[in-house]
Amino acid sequence: MSSPLPSVLLEQFDALRRQYPPEMKTSLVLPLLHCVQDANGHVTEADAVAIAGYIGMPAIQVIEALTWYSMFDREPQGRYVIKVCRNIACSLRGSERVVAHLQRKLGIGLDETTPDGRFTLRTVECLASCGTAPAMQVNRTYHEQLDEAKLDRILESLP
Amino acid sequence: MNGTVFMTFPVTATSHTLADYRARGGYAGLEQALRQHTPAEVGERAKASGLQGRGGAGFMTGLKWEFVARDAPVVYLCCNIDEGEPGTFKDRWILEHSPHQLIEGMLIAAYALRVRHAFAYIRGEFDLPLRRLQAALQEAQAAGLVGDNILGTGFSCDIVVHRGAGAYVCGEESSLINSLEGKKGFPRNKPPFPAVRGLYQKPTVVNNVETLATVPWILVHGSERYAAIGVKKSPGTRLFGVSGHVERPGLFEKPTGYPLAQLIFDDAGGILGGRKLKAVIPGGSSTPILTGAEIENVTLDPESMGKAGSMVGSGAVIVIAEGTCMVRLLQVLSRFYAHESCGQCTPCREGTDWMNRILERVIAGRGTPADIATLRRIPSGIQGNTVCALGDAASMPVVSFLKKFGDEFDHYATHGRSLHDGRLAP
Ligand SMILES: Cc1cc2nc3c(=O)[nH]c(=O)nc-3n(C[C@H](O)[C@H](O)[C@H](O)COP(=O)(O)O)c2cc1C
Ligand code: SF4
Ligand code: FES
Repeated sequence: MSSPLPSVLLEQFDALRRQYPPEMKTSLVLPLLHCVQDANGHVTEADAVAIAGYIGMPAIQVIEALTWYSMFDREPQGRYVIKVCRNIACSLRGSERVVAHLQRKLGIGLDETTPDGRFTLRTVECLASCGTAPAMQVNRTYHEQLDEAKLDRILESLP
Repeated sequence: MNGTVFMTFPVTATSHTLADYRARGGYAGLEQALRQHTPAEVGERAKASGLQGRGGAGFMTGLKWEFVARDAPVVYLCCNIDEGEPGTFKDRWILEHSPHQLIEGMLIAAYALRVRHAFAYIRGEFDLPLRRLQAALQEAQAAGLVGDNILGTGFSCDIVVHRGAGAYVCGEESSLINSLEGKKGFPRNKPPFPAVRGLYQKPTVVNNVETLATVPWILVHGSERYAAIGVKKSPGTRLFGVSGHVERPGLFEKPTGYPLAQLIFDDAGGILGGRKLKAVIPGGSSTPILTGAEIENVTLDPESMGKAGSMVGSGAVIVIAEGTCMVRLLQVLSRFYAHESCGQCTPCREGTDWMNRILERVIAGRGTPADIATLRRIPSGIQGNTVCALGDAASMPVVSFLKKFGDEFDHYATHGRSLHDGRLAP
């Protein structure tokens, strides 16, 4: 099967491969899955098969990693994926209010995407921001000490 | 800024850079280790300092290093930057503000253990900590501090940054190793321990960020000085994160043996809105909860905490004010553990899910007193019957919440509503 991966990605793969000792080739699974997700916003099973081909290992092991780790999305997501922490410190500081406010503002429920494809809303477990709770991530960026006014400002500032 | 090992400098826009780190004496420990000591001597210093692991289990660092066979041809070092125990946010501070301190600590440990390739396994969600670590590594490489022939001494060590992908269990050291091998993060049966057979079956040391970042200080200031800080049996300072219902949540560096009440009422400014203290989870979400009355004379060290019935864990102090619904709070934790169980052992997979479903039912107003009785029974079927400590971690909160706040659970199950107003946040 021909690789669906564009050559820019393959160059990044080569750069990652050079970081690991040659005897550790299966260690490339997570870095390469991240690499595709960072470029495309999600990773498909076909990508996983192509990654396995690149590394030279059974595709099933890469697919297993793709499906087991919670950070990999197999479907396209909203342009902004909002991940609100729902764990203990954030709960004690108002994460339920954060989720409710976002649901109201965006008009969607949890694990849903707005019809214009701009926002996906999710909850996640502790982000290690407990001292600045409640916290959330918008794509990679952390936002902390949230309240309703701050949430409004964050949403408005997104291009 | 009144810390000893970590919070010794004002955080500025440049305090994470190599120039600033050098200006506060950085990399002197590495120089000293490489130029003046044999690897064995460095290991002895770590051991003599009494340093214990800061990842949660509190194992003696020098002893762990000693378990690695001296004649092993390949040894790996992994720094555990998975920081996922709810309540914990200390390792992130080190990476954001003093990443070179971790790099220096990793290199000294690598020298002691004769490691050629070291790995920094960082949780996939981290953004700024990842960028700061990568930038610091680039600076260190350009300065000849990482890579081939470090400081011209003939010692070579590369550090590879490896991103996780969202799995709490990957903070468990053998799960971390499987994850680093490209597999799903199933913990391994022990023994063999990683120091004997770890990454790709080679001896592997896994240490926490705070543990490794303490090592340069020990080299520069001496094991004796470190051993003299705090309580004798578990010396040093620790980074304590205070979160929840306090006026000034945050991170504080304190010697072991520091009074828990002082941390909460002085350093963290007391209880939010002047309410009364209801309870404290003193060492991260899996450590047994203590009531406000129970913490009165407790100090932050394993012995005192053990006597009170809990643990120092990862130094994450979660404070809960009067009026908080403990049933709903426990369900936040049970949901987390049910979600994060890797599913490998039946007692943990089924037990965490079962406990969570019962608590869900109770807070939905559909629970019965029999549910609470079942909830009391489940942990004993999990504890001690699992591959890793996540099963125990999921059980301890259930046992301790029910023991100390049982009336709230009985009330909720009997009347279908919270004894309080059900709120978690003020
Ligand atoms: C479920 C689970 C999660 C853990 N998460 C972490 C973690 O995020 N960071 C960490 O350093 N140790 C974590 N640990 C502890 C590690 O297994 C290990 O003891 C530690 O990294 C060793 O480093 P230390 O000796 O320097 O403390 C976890 C343990 C368990 C059972
Ligand atoms: S105790 Fe739970 S998390 Fe640990 S190995 Fe067993 S199923 Fe997995
Ligand atoms: S509980 Fe939300 S960041 Fe830790």
